[in-house]
This record gives sequence, structure tokens and C-alpha cells, in this order.
Amino acid sequence: MLIKVIFHTLCFSLAISLAAVAAENKQVIDIAYLTQETVAPPQLSNIDPFIKNKGVFGAELAIADNNTTGQFTHQQFRLKAFTVPVDGNVEEVFGKQIAGKYRYVVTVLPPAPLLKIADSPAAKALLLLDAATIDDSLRNGQCRANVLHLLPSRSMRADALAQYMTKKRWVKWFLVVGTTEQDTLYAEALKRAAKRFNMEIIAEKTWEHTFDARRTAQSDVAVFSQVDDYDVLVVADEQGAFGEYLDYRTWLPRPVIGTQGLVATAWHRTHDQWGATQLQNRFTEKAGRTMAEEDYGAYLAVRALGEAATRTKSTELAALKSYLLGDKFALQGYKSNPLSFRAWDGQLRQPILLAAPRAMVAVAPIDGFLHQKTELDTLGYDQPETQCHWQ
Amino acid sequence: MKTQTAHPALCAVNSLAPLNPVSRPLRVLLLGGLLLGAGQVGAETVLVTLEKDNAVAVLDPLAGKLLKTVPVGQRPRGIAISPDNKIVYVATSDDNTIKMLDAETLKELARLPSGDDPETFALSPAGDKLYVSNEDDSQVTVIDIAKKQAIKQIKVGVEPEGITASPDGRWLVSASETTNMVHWIDTKTYAISDNTLVDARPRAATFTADSQQLWVSSEMAGTLQILDTASKQIIKTVQFEATGVTADKMQPVGIVIDKERRYGYVALGPANRVAVVNAQTFAVEKMFLVGARVWNLAFSPDQKRLYTANGISNDVSIIDLDSQTVSKSVGVGTYPWGLAVKP
Repeated sequence: MLIKVIFHTLCFSLAISLAAVAAENKQVIDIAYLTQETVAPPQLSNIDPFIKNKGVFGAELAIADNNTTGQFTHQQFRLKAFTVPVDGNVEEVFGKQIAGKYRYVVTVLPPAPLLKIADSPAAKALLLLDAATIDDSLRNGQCRANVLHLLPSRSMRADALAQYMTKKRWVKWFLVVGTTEQDTLYAEALKRAAKRFNMEIIAEKTWEHTFDARRTAQSDVAVFSQVDDYDVLVVADEQGAFGEYLDYRTWLPRPVIGTQGLVATAWHRTHDQWGATQLQNRFTEKAGRTMAEEDYGAYLAVRALGEAATRTKSTELAALKSYLLGDKFALQGYKSNPLSFRAWDGQLRQPILLAAPRAMVAVAPIDGFLHQKTELDTLGYDQPETQCHWQ
Repeated sequence: MKTQTAHPALCAVNSLAPLNPVSRPLRVLLLGGLLLGAGQVGAETVLVTLEKDNAVAVLDPLAGKLLKTVPVGQRPRGIAISPDNKIVYVATSDDNTIKMLDAETLKELARLPSGDDPETFALSPAGDKLYVSNEDDSQVTVIDIAKKQAIKQIKVGVEPEGITASPDGRWLVSASETTNMVHWIDTKTYAISDNTLVDARPRAATFTADSQQLWVSSEMAGTLQILDTASKQIIKTVQFEATGVTADKMQPVGIVIDKERRYGYVALGPANRVAVVNAQTFAVEKMFLVGARVWNLAFSPDQKRLYTANGISNDVSIIDLDSQTVSKSVGVGTYPWGLAVKP
């Protein structure tokens, strides 16, 4: 038994020294990518195929970008992807295969498993880069000091939409909300935005999915949407269960905005400004499909680590984390402004794209919404409002 | 900077005087004609690439007038003119080629094998080679213009954009936007001999006329960095500030530096300003308010005027450097990007 332990230790140190020789004085930054498979939800339309592997190609692309830089700076970035099956246990995979072996973990996970691994003792010594959640709770009461969030929260999205509607003077909203928990959260963000930007919600209805065989989408929406006069229909249907039914079918001719119609998103296939075309091309060539938000989030996560490692010439967690959360960090995100992290909640501050299916309509923050520090902080929870208090 | 009181149009009439010994009333008439925008034969023209119009706009800057718009190919961006002013080179990015056009007629003469997605390029000082950034492929292509052949491809960082050749012919510099580096390529061997890490998203790089300094703009960091050519080290980082403009709107792009190295001018993108940088002290002395999202800059041949391509307001601003004023803006077309001036 004792011999076996010694033998293992020997092997282990031998492996380490061999790796060190192979790397030829190169600094090596190992990054884990952790996700869980998902089941395709029911959808209204199957025009856009369900994408099973959102995220990983973005991370891989960023690794390649980091390594191109690394060949000049003598740093090497390595990515190992861990995909947990639908019925698998994320915590177990994290505990057995990642904890203690990786300091940087990019996650494409729902809020619950993300929080579970963030709260595990082993996670104290590492940094989780969340490339999937959009929950405001994770940036407020449920925030964690070891988690950074790459995608904009629901409140940032809702504020972006509200700024645009303010500009258009679409001040009277008809709010239509789906029945899922996520739809309720999105609606809450919209209501917060309505209050912030002085909008009036003249009616709010829940889409109940109580389809009657005698009705069609045509008549159903027309009847459903007979409310007092409004400027714009604002919809909260994250899954896309009914939102696409609304446009062109409302009783009054009104635009649809929110999760369908004009959407607020971190990334969109129609985006081609600020060098975005180059990223879109590189991604499409690699993945054979267009870039999803999670791909963009994972790309930014790995690029942020690359940028921090290059600038600090370090691989150490403390050095990289303090650089990421500091004033000097400026990440090129192909969206006009330099991106940086909000030191108070770990949220990546960024412009938000307002896109129609085939056209970019606007980019928020919309001109005229001012802020003393950066206009990007007109979106979402600003420092004075945050309920995130680390430690 | 000194302010000269003479009106630029008066200067033009005075310079015409020896050639046209005409009576005073006629000279006044001529002056009127100039102000009304009659194009003078032999006067300089400004060529502007229009990214979304797939065309080049031809501008008479003295008259402040758009003369014509000529289709050139898909998504034209970089533009330059040969040292003898006879050939115009235009990178038509989505056609994956650099076109050679007759500088007078703007008719296509030939196409150069630029590699994929050429956006920006630089001419060698002798005008015999063209250096192209291939943004999607992370490489620089060297083209022998006489042979119309690509003679070398050099691997650089991710998304090379800014590219420039030192006036003494020694260096070719490529700036990669995502790698945040300038790569110093020896023009004798076409090998990278040095790399300098610069601020986030370097866009443009320009040497001073004496080749001793390289100026690099970093769009995301909002800085201009001055590098010493001999040591390849950063000797100064310049920040830009203006009342009413937040720091993240200060996004430096195009740079030009006058021949005497008195002043450098930096286009600040969405800040809609051009900064005047003292090229001796590196102090930012002034800002010119120009059109929206100012991309690139070009001097008039006598360096008395500065032309700016304003990407969002679709115009060119003309800055009179003697009087230190933005004297005119001329609508040119959709997404003006690059500028070249033909004397």
C-alpha cells in the first residue's frame, strides 16, 4: 500500500517535470469547460434547428485566438470540455474531474447547478466564468465572489429595450407574459425597466396555452389582444412557445418587442459592425452554424482570461482575477465599447444589440442616456442599486 | 500652433496670379468661381472609399464638392495612391482582391492577388510592393506589384488590421487587433524580428517621416502609444479627454503625422473628434469636432488641410490647419472609410 502511494507520487512528480520540460518555459493556462446536455424543448417552429452544443465552439475559437497571441508571449492555453449527460450529475463531474485540477472553469449551466458548484468548498480556489445565465438574482442577492457573468442579465436587456422604446416614444405597453418561471423573471425585468424609464403598462396578460380546437392562431391572438389602446406589445416568452404568433395578428396594428419581434441580445447573426464580421466568419467556418449567445459568452470568457494572462504575464488566480475586475481591463467584444466587469457584481458590462430577424435595428445604450462613468452602466443594476454584497 | 490670417481661397488666387496675368476684376471673378466650386484643372482631388456603396467618391476639396462616384467592387476599404500619382489601389474586401485603377479615369487596370478579405494595406516607400492585412487568416501578404504576384505570406497575430511601412524601407509593421500586438517585420527577410504588446485593439500604425517613431492607436483602450523604432519599446502612452465625452467613446483609429513631426492628428471614432497631438511633447493640444464615427485621415499634399472620413454621418470633414477650423463637410455616400489624395 505504502509502496503504491510512493509510486503514485513519483509518477505524479515525474509527469509534472516532464510537462514543464515540454512547455519550454511556457506558462500554461488550463481551462475547463463544463456543461450539461439539454433536451430540445417544444418549439413553435423548427426552421431554426435546436442547437445541442451552444458554447463550446466559442470557447475553442477563443483558445485558438489566445494561443496565436501566446506564441509571441510564451503562454499556452489549453481547454478541456466536460459534458455531463442529461441524467448525469454536474456536481459529481465537477468534484471528481475538475476541482483541484483547474483554476478556471467556463460554465454553460442553468442557475441551480452553477450555484451548487460555486458553493462547493473546492470552488473557493477557482474562478467560474458563467457563459449562460441571465438571471438577475445571480448578480444580486445570490451573487458569488467566485463567479463572473459574461452574458447580459434580464434587467440589462429590458433596460436596453426600454431605452429604445423611450426614443421611439412607445410609452404605452401591452405586456404579454408566458407561463414559465423564466417568463415571469423576464416580465419582472421589463416592469423594473418600465418604472425606470417612466413607461406605462396599460395591460398585462398571461398567455395560458389554452388552445381551443375551434380557434386558430389568427382569431386567438386577435381576441387575446383586445385591450385598451397601446403603442407596443412587449412579450416575455423566452422559450419561444407562442411569441412568434403575435406579430401581424394583433387586433391593433402594433409592433412586437421583447423576446420576439425586436429582441435584446448579446450577439446576433445580423451583427456586422466593429469587426463583428471577422468573428462571425471565423466562428461559422469552425462550427458550421451561426454564433449563439452562449458561444459568444464562452468566447468572451476565454478571451478575458487570455487578455488577463497576457497583461499580467501570470497564470495565478489572484493576479488574473484582480486584473479582470480592475480598471485597466478592456476587452474587445466586437460591439463598439470596450467591455469590462462590474466590480460590484461580476457582470460583464457591454452594449446590447436590438435585432430584428434579418436586420440590426439599434445598439443600446441608446444615444442620450447618460452616465457619469460609462453609459454602459445605464443598463441593468448600477452600483448604488446592487444587492450583491460579497463575503 | 500658429494661426495664419490669410484666407485659403486668397492664397489660391495669389498662386494663380503669375500664370494668369489677368486684370483685377477678372481675378475677383476667379475668386468667386473658386468659392462657388468650379473644379480647377490640376487641383487636388480626394478619393474616398464607400464601404456600403461599393464605390469610390471623388471630391474636389477646394470647392468642397462631390464630383462623382465610381463603382469599384464589393466593400472597398483601404485605398492608396502610387508615389507617381498614376495608380490608385483599392482593397475590395468582399471581392478578395486589391484593384489597380487608373488615377485619372478610375478604370480598372488590374487585380492583385491579395489573399482573402484584404482590408487595409500599405505601399512600400518605393511603390514596388504592397503589404496586405488578411484579417480572417491572421497573415500579411506581400505582393510584387510589377509581377502582380504574392511573393510571401507572413503569419501574424489574430485579426491583423493596421499596416505600415517605414519611410526608410527598413520595417513593415502589422498590428493585430485581437492579439494586441505590433509585429515588426524585417523587409529584407520578411520574418518577424520583434513583437511589442500594445494596448487593447490596436487599429492604425504610422511611422514618423524620419522612421524613428511608430505611433499606434488602440481603439478599446482609448490610447495612442508612441514606440521608439530602435528599441521597439513604448515611450509614451497618450490618453484623450473631452468634456461631455465618456472615456469609452474615445476610440482612436486613423493617425497622420506631419512631415516636420510638429503635430500628429488622431481620429477618435465615435467621439466624433480629431485630436491634435504635439509630436514633440505628446500633449493633446486641441480637438476638432468633425462628423460621426471618424475613421481615417489624410493630409492635402501641402499639409495645409486635413480630410476626415466620417463613417456614420456619411461625409468628409475638411479641416483648415492654418486657421485651425473645420471649414466644411461634404456628403460623399454610405460608410466612407479610407481616403487618398491625388495632387
